[in-house]
Amino acid sequence: MYEYFYELTGNTILSTLIVAIFPLLNVLIVALIGVYLERKVSARIQDRIGPNRTGPFGLFQTIADFVKMLQKEDATAKDIDSKLYNIAPVLVFTGSFAVYAAIPFSSKLIGSEVEVGLFYVIAISSLVVGGILMAGWASNNKYSLLGAMRSAAQIISYEIPTAIIVLSIVMITGTLSLDKISNMQTAYFWNWNILGGAEFGLTKFLLIPFMIVGFIIIFISTLAEVNRTPFDIPEAESELVAGYFTEYCGMKWAMFMLSEYGNMFAVSAIVSILFFGGYHSPIGYLGNSLGIEWLIPFEQAFWFLAKGWTFILIQIWLRWTLPRLRVDQLMSLCWKYLIPYAFVNLIVIGIILLL
Amino acid sequence: MREYFRNTWLGIYTVLVGMKITFKHLFTPAVTIQYPEVKLKLPERERNRLYVNMDDCIGCDQCSRACPVNCIEIETVKSIPGEDLGVTSNGKKKALWVTKFNIDFAKCCYCQLCVFPCPTECIYMTDVFEFSEYNRNDLIYKFATLTEEEAKEKRINFEKFTAEKEAQKTAAAAKLKEDQKTAS
Repeated sequence: MYEYFYELTGNTILSTLIVAIFPLLNVLIVALIGVYLERKVSARIQDRIGPNRTGPFGLFQTIADFVKMLQKEDATAKDIDSKLYNIAPVLVFTGSFAVYAAIPFSSKLIGSEVEVGLFYVIAISSLVVGGILMAGWASNNKYSLLGAMRSAAQIISYEIPTAIIVLSIVMITGTLSLDKISNMQTAYFWNWNILGGAEFGLTKFLLIPFMIVGFIIIFISTLAEVNRTPFDIPEAESELVAGYFTEYCGMKWAMFMLSEYGNMFAVSAIVSILFFGGYHSPIGYLGNSLGIEWLIPFEQAFWFLAKGWTFILIQIWLRWTLPRLRVDQLMSLCWKYLIPYAFVNLIVIGIILLL
Repeated sequence: MREYFRNTWLGIYTVLVGMKITFKHLFTPAVTIQYPEVKLKLPERERNRLYVNMDDCIGCDQCSRACPVNCIEIETVKSIPGEDLGVTSNGKKKALWVTKFNIDFAKCCYCQLCVFPCPTECIYMTDVFEFSEYNRNDLIYKFATLTEEEAKEKRINFEKFTAEKEAQKTAAAAKLKEDQKTAS
């Protein structure tokens, strides 16, 4: 993609900007449709109808909300630390958007084919903690600060099980490149990592239960990392107003929301790359069987988005099912359950791979 | 150790149970009533906006006297002989022109106390409850069927009639006196 635009424009900066537009568009669309789906699914789960006044089936509700947000006055409280206050939403959004640089949407649409993609993703997504702490501190508000502290504690704790599971995947695949990891699970769905990877043999069948455990652990911990219910204590509406973005309004608030939905899709994408074959189709390509080569990247993009949306839907489903965890329950879940299980999982996978 | 694994199992199992329940609810029809388009049928004895059927009203003023907040204003004019006001639906003869029958719904407390004393059952509660207005004066509902000119006419008629009667009376009294004089 980048090479194509580089040949077209002959300018490195311009071609980089053009390539960066696609993930940005993706984040915007995920936020637009995600908010709509969240409302609609929550309404259906609670036996309501949900938004249905703006456009057919209320489809334009989020667009109307976005227009409203654009028009809002940028009101700020008096005693805020205005420099940090203004940087924080940008930093949070940058942290969640930078993740997309290494995510392969299809074999042709990759921001950057870095060899240390996974490492980069885990590192750069920690930038969000800094932004959240900044927002909480600069708001000069007790609720904001409490939310920010909780968020920092939560994200740092839950990064450990995530990293351990990522490590076990890296042990199996032998690479940190997200593109290579997806390419290893090509062709059919029995080559997915959750079903033991592409190599056929005894190890594949021995790995399956441990990969399922690993998937459950990484799904729970990434859920906590993006502050989704049941792990939404940083923004717990009923106790902290809105957590670290209590004092924000208008477009700055919209940036926090945008980064939340961007994060949701990013972690869904990472989970689908690690365990569900990334952009590869589970049932073979139409382009291959018809002999149309240019169709394949589009199919890959379709499968990638489909997998990402599936996980987003599961996240929404979980959100409207489970109540919020208390802080002590949150910490005991991470340190007493997820981390020991992840460690045992890692060791067992190591032993299996030695066989 | 056993409790540890039990906790793990319970955690996963109960989450799955919850997810199954919410998944079922995803496909149950919504209970929402789309209010302005669809309205629930109100209960039989609901108390909302009053209505007065002026064809049946005999202008007895009982509802106005029963009202605890004095929101009903009635003015009547007696009819003169020869005028036919018709009868109410339960056969009572009307004897009064109702020139004014105003109910101020800004004051009304929807107690229904005015409904019970009505001898002809012409004032009753309807199921209309959406009648908010921007101006408070718009909430004064005028039920009288007579136009102002008609009401004026009736009043003048009645005054003429009483004046005539008075004149007749005085004439009769004077005649009586004269008769008595001549007799004595």
